[in-house]
Amino acid sequence: MFVPMPASDASTQPGSIASGDKVGAPSVAAAKAATPSLQAIALTKEYGTVRAIENLNFTVARGEIVGFLGPNGAGKSTTMRIFSGLLSATSGRAYVAGVPVASNPDEVKRRLGFMPEQNPLPEDMRVIEYLRFRARLKELPRSKVKVRVDEAMEMCGLQHKTSRKLIGTLSKGYRQRVGIADAILAEPEVILMDEPTIGLDPHQIQQIRRLIESLRESGQTVLISSHILAEIEACCDRVMIINQGRLVASGTSASLRRELMSRTEWRLRLHGDVAAFEQILPEVNAGLRIAACSTPDADGFVEVGLDGPANEPDIGEKLLSVIMRSGLWRVREFAHVEPGLEQIFLAATKQGDEASPPRRTPKA
Amino acid sequence: MRHFPLLLWHELRMLAVSVATYSAAVLFLLLMGLFYFVVLHSFNSEMRADPPSTQYFQIFWIPVFFVVPLLTMKSLAEERRHGTLEALLTTPATTLEIVLAKFFAAYFFYLALWGLTLLFPFIAQFYLHVGGTDSPLVDKAPLIGGFLFVAFSGLLYIAIGIFASSLTRNTLVAGMLTFSMLFVLIISPQLLPNLTLQTSWLAHIQPAVDYLTPFKHLEDFSRGVVDTRPFFLYASNTLLVLGLTTLVVESRATA
Repeated sequence: MFVPMPASDASTQPGSIASGDKVGAPSVAAAKAATPSLQAIALTKEYGTVRAIENLNFTVARGEIVGFLGPNGAGKSTTMRIFSGLLSATSGRAYVAGVPVASNPDEVKRRLGFMPEQNPLPEDMRVIEYLRFRARLKELPRSKVKVRVDEAMEMCGLQHKTSRKLIGTLSKGYRQRVGIADAILAEPEVILMDEPTIGLDPHQIQQIRRLIESLRESGQTVLISSHILAEIEACCDRVMIINQGRLVASGTSASLRRELMSRTEWRLRLHGDVAAFEQILPEVNAGLRIAACSTPDADGFVEVGLDGPANEPDIGEKLLSVIMRSGLWRVREFAHVEPGLEQIFLAATKQGDEASPPRRTPKA
Repeated sequence: MRHFPLLLWHELRMLAVSVATYSAAVLFLLLMGLFYFVVLHSFNSEMRADPPSTQYFQIFWIPVFFVVPLLTMKSLAEERRHGTLEALLTTPATTLEIVLAKFFAAYFFYLALWGLTLLFPFIAQFYLHVGGTDSPLVDKAPLIGGFLFVAFSGLLYIAIGIFASSLTRNTLVAGMLTFSMLFVLIISPQLLPNLTLQTSWLAHIQPAVDYLTPFKHLEDFSRGVVDTRPFFLYASNTLLVLGLTTLVVESRATA
């Protein structure tokens, strides 16, 4: 059973501030900064017999930009909807800026900007009308509405001409921008964006990247789910990977690479006998082997892909030294290929698949 | 309730810019104009004791059956289908404020439509010059009484339409549900005494059925008798239905 935490319990959370605390301004500010923007404690959501998320535990610190990754149906949207107060959790607790979502959803809604996955927008309103309406609903003072709407539209590239258009006539990309503008409108402490880059072209995606950078500068916390992994890698401080409703990995790309990738790759273009080259590899490292080899190009160079253990950083240096010493091969290019987020994601979700039983609630 | 005026203004504005609003208004006024013409024509053919306005308000149920579903079926069902209700619920606005804004917007429009029909007797008087200032056409008591009845009963009928709209994502189903519920509410108390199966318990519930019969209320109001009992009946049931609607919207949004 889900037992909602009373509002006063927020003060007992680590780093949270009780309203009656007799503390100086610096300590209040420090405590506020220490309060996680998002916190999930043993969060579980069941739809009938299916567990959408199970025992989810994580925190997102203030000012962090976090990517939320997972295959379709992993539970990303469910988690975001619980934080936004749209869904109630079956058990566990969720906090936004130290405020419990279950017992104080209205306060949470004041501190959070949410762009849902489907980005629902009214078809028969003009962009500017819609944003002004939303700004006032989000309790922005009347005097600030116009300024903030103009700022949000500018940040999202909704030029003057677009602002007068009916939302129903906008392309998918522009609709996404309106959804993002809505989420950032009231300058909330925490912004949740569920697949914000769907339907955007590369220029627009770059614009969104710049927008997220500007949110980082203003100290806002952003949790962003996306399938465009390169995008997440480029703009997020950290990623959380969720699979089958469970958090399977969390950290920076580099730490996840170290944690999840036991193998790494090198790529080189060389001229000479590839079979002889293969024979010298054990001399460099016992685990090193040729993973791929192309046909020779016009100059007789072949591209060779090498696969080796990830935890031995000196392999490249040793390999180059052996090649130079032997003088049997000419090398035109040599590169260490870091596994991208895509490989990390695949590795994490594969491990999760192997470890997780089917998501069914046990029968009573 | 700080968001209610903004939400209500938004709903009214959306009604004002919608083509469907004007189509419904034109159809309603054409139909009601036709009914008024038929009533006047019947008065021309034979002498009647009641003024034309009393006869005119007797057919209030016909427009109720089609205008109320048309006005309310989209309100919550379409918002849920498009997901815009979810977007509203991510703001600090409460479910009750949203439901009340939808209800009052539809209700004001309903009143405005009926209000326009109050011009019919004056237009008829202007062209026909019947009986001078004491003309039965512009007899104030049945006119005001009839309109008050429409206003009081409209509270409940519109609330029922909003409730039906909260139950489904399909606007057509919402419209049909509203029609069915209104049919049971308005027509069944009228039909119950006509059942051939006259049992003793039926005789016992007759006073209660009379109390619930809209036609009985209209009869009183048309004579200029403004009874507070029907008012409390409609107001309390309206509150009950709107409360249920709020619970339905909340439970479906967070399920």
